[in-house]
Amino acid sequence: MIALLKPFRQWLFRFGVDEQTPIVLTQRRVFIVPSRGGLLFAIVLAAMLLGAINYTLSLGHALVFLLASLGLVTMVHTFRNLAGLHITPGHPDPVFAGETARFPLVLDSHSAHWRRSLELAFGTHDGAFASIPPGERAVIEVPYPAPRRGRLRPGRLTLSTRYPLGLFRAWAYPHPRLECLVYPKPIETPLPTPLAVSHAGQHHGGSGQEDFTGLRERQPSDSPRHIAWKAVARDMEQRPLLTKQFAGGAAEELWFDLDQTSPDMPLETRLSVLTGWVLAAEQVQLRYGVRLPGRRVLPEQGPSHRDVCLEALALYGEEPN
Amino acid sequence: MAKNRTERLRPQVLIERGDVPWLIAVAAATSVPHAAHLPAWLTALAAAAMLGRLWSWQRNARLPPRWLLSIFAVVGVTAIGWQFRTLLGRDAGVALLVFFVALKPMEIHTRRDALVVVMLGYFLLLTHYFYSESIPTALWMLAAATLVTGTLLRLYGGHQPAREILGYAARLLAQAAPLMIVLFVLFPRVEGPLWGLPRDAHAGLTGLSDTMAPGSINNLIQSGEIAFRVRFVAEIPKKSSLYWRGPVLDDYDGQTWRGGLPRSAALPPDIEMRGERIDYVSTLEPHGKRWLLALDLPVSLPRDSALSPAFVAVSREPIVQRRRYALASTTAYTVNAQEARQTLQRALRLPPSVNPRTRELARSWAAELETPERISDRALALFRREDFVYTLQPPLLGANAVDEFLFSTRRGFCEHFASAYVFLMRAAGVPARVVTGYMGGEVNPVDGYLTVRQSDAHAWAEIWVAGRGWLRVDPTAAVAPSRIESGVASALPAAEPLPGLLRFDNPWLRALRYRWEAAGNAWNQWVLGYNPDRQYELLTRLGLEEPDWRKMTAWLAGLTAIVLLVLSFGMLRPRRAELPEQLAWRQFCQRLARLGVVRAEWEGPQAFAQRVSHERPELGPLTHEAAKNFAAIRYGAGGPDELKRLRACCRRLPSRWRKTN
Repeated sequence: MIALLKPFRQWLFRFGVDEQTPIVLTQRRVFIVPSRGGLLFAIVLAAMLLGAINYTLSLGHALVFLLASLGLVTMVHTFRNLAGLHITPGHPDPVFAGETARFPLVLDSHSAHWRRSLELAFGTHDGAFASIPPGERAVIEVPYPAPRRGRLRPGRLTLSTRYPLGLFRAWAYPHPRLECLVYPKPIETPLPTPLAVSHAGQHHGGSGQEDFTGLRERQPSDSPRHIAWKAVARDMEQRPLLTKQFAGGAAEELWFDLDQTSPDMPLETRLSVLTGWVLAAEQVQLRYGVRLPGRRVLPEQGPSHRDVCLEALALYGEEPN
Repeated sequence: MAKNRTERLRPQVLIERGDVPWLIAVAAATSVPHAAHLPAWLTALAAAAMLGRLWSWQRNARLPPRWLLSIFAVVGVTAIGWQFRTLLGRDAGVALLVFFVALKPMEIHTRRDALVVVMLGYFLLLTHYFYSESIPTALWMLAAATLVTGTLLRLYGGHQPAREILGYAARLLAQAAPLMIVLFVLFPRVEGPLWGLPRDAHAGLTGLSDTMAPGSINNLIQSGEIAFRVRFVAEIPKKSSLYWRGPVLDDYDGQTWRGGLPRSAALPPDIEMRGERIDYVSTLEPHGKRWLLALDLPVSLPRDSALSPAFVAVSREPIVQRRRYALASTTAYTVNAQEARQTLQRALRLPPSVNPRTRELARSWAAELETPERISDRALALFRREDFVYTLQPPLLGANAVDEFLFSTRRGFCEHFASAYVFLMRAAGVPARVVTGYMGGEVNPVDGYLTVRQSDAHAWAEIWVAGRGWLRVDPTAAVAPSRIESGVASALPAAEPLPGLLRFDNPWLRALRYRWEAAGNAWNQWVLGYNPDRQYELLTRLGLEEPDWRKMTAWLAGLTAIVLLVLSFGMLRPRRAELPEQLAWRQFCQRLARLGVVRAEWEGPQAFAQRVSHERPELGPLTHEAAKNFAAIRYGAGGPDELKRLRACCRRLPSRWRKTN
């Protein structure tokens, strides 16, 4: 049964990615069934009809027929609320893993009537609502959770409405090619020591390099090379391991390398550490680069550079698109 | 697990604050008309609940806790059960619905709760028709239906101005109207009731009863209510022959005349028609009894009815709904020239020892006069010659009611005259009985229907003469001939106040009343009286042969599909939103096209204007101005002033007829 159902659903709903934009919701693409409210309405009408027959209330008949006709008429109205809508996908802003991605969609009405209470959602996730005045457009951001880094493809949308009377639910499955970049979830750790000075000539007039500034407790992400072995020896394991800290000057160029993190950690955690570094470095306006196996982003500074680095981290290990 | 999933799929939608007044309005609009017949305490309670909810909405106060509402609900239901002695009847059911719809807004949180109020509201609309199916009720219900529908719009469409919501609801209902008419006409009607009706279903019907106690007809005459309406196929017979035969009363106990069950030995009616057959259709208001009130004497009856041995047309079932009957009668006839002995004996029986003076008088007549006709004439002459007065305010009569009436008070109306006459006849040995019914009626010049009211209630007499059968005698006619010729109003002394509707004798008011009643009659005939018979008749007249439920369903399905298709086509046709300047420019170009210059689809305003000035120099400047203004709004910083000027250009364009001049 279920095996039969699947091709039937495929034939009926014509699932598949809409390559052309804007997506036009032709009448073939809008589906409609009575909603729960509609079924309740039908039951109430049936009871009213029985009452009208039993007491021979001619006006009762008229009322029941008026309401039944109203129900049928709203079917057309509910259908019209969706049919002919144009949907243009926009570009979502990248998010960090664990956040909710918001996919902007432009809805163009082109028709002379209001379209109200349109709900757009991905699958069973929470959706967003929109109302469009006659002939105007609305931009709606549809949320979708982004639990993992990488390319987030939320799949097909469900665009539904019960307006005007809630007796019917009309829906369509627009499936624009949507993709949101998800950066690794950042883990805040102190910046690592500069690994190397690549272009010593380019200074920004800052002070010295590799100035030792102190010690702090070692964190798992610290490279073993920075452990203050002398201090360890002195304290004879009475205290936790300490890591030497250095202050990089403004002229400093930092390289963030996967190797700087402990190999014991899962890859995702290590990428998260690097992400944290990128954000921290950008915040204090350092020049930094990212080095990953097979991908290198030369040191630079600025928001767009940060985005390049984060994208490299996000897509590390993913198939190129 | 599955439950969890559905809950996640369909989180309960909470209602908005702005929904609440709509829901209270639904509760109020659908229950207010019931205040007329609900117990006062329930009306007060419902009003208090609704006002309280409105108050708490205004103050943003907390709603009462659920346990308190539950206690309240149980107490209310118990009180209703105690008041009506049941929870199942019609009135108790209505009371329960009103109670719930008033209470429910107290605990509305989600849209599902709100939906319950809306559905209760729709159902309550129906219950008003138990009590009234008049035009005003229908209009009120239409308004209330718009409000309930508007509430659904508010629930599912969010905030909009109330006027827009109600406007949209009205538009939806208007669009539903054609389909409603199709359903109303073609939906196969079933004769109700489907199951036994509660005992209170037909309380409070007025009409004749099968007894005539002093004052019973007087009560009826005070009522202006319509008893039935008649449409004659040919012309209306003259008023003095319009005796509508109701129950025949045989048994007298000195005070009250009673109709009894006819004896099994009675002969079947044997009618010899001596006049022409009069066909008519009668629309009877429900009176809760079985008689059809046919014109004296019926010769053809509708199905499900029969002629009693006393020639009364009776239906098999009590008439508890307005019914239409096709009947035929004749006003000149001989009936039962032979009569069963038992029937005649019964028509001679008198209570022992009452009214000795009357008996004495009758015996003297019987000794003196040979034939029953002569005795009857003598009695009528008595009424005519002595100072008998026709009045609706007769003095009360004692134990020897007929004696007192005949010899001392001499004031009374039809029931006194009929009663005294029949007593006299029986005492003189002439078989006689009282017949009640209606006399006359009023022709409504607007629709040609004859309207018979309760105030036309009448009582007359019948005597039996061997070889001639039963003869109608109306003793009231002897005293007040104008009662028979023109009606009660003209028969009464001038000083006596007229009852009820009879007072309206102002011609202008009368004309207004005729119109209103004709509208009411059309309403009754075509809307309220639309039953299986009427449906059959109408569909046959529309050309549907032998309409049965199969044919009706097929037609219904087909027509519904067509109506829906037309509606869908009209609504789903792509209609682009047009900006006002586009509309004005398009109109301008359409007018120009009629003048012979057609703008091509690709032509911009300036290019078009240039071409116009080239081809039709006289139209050039105007087109240039219009194009300039249009372009200013469309592509520049033009505003309302430019739009005004553009429209002005459109108006200044000469129309076609002027061009030919």
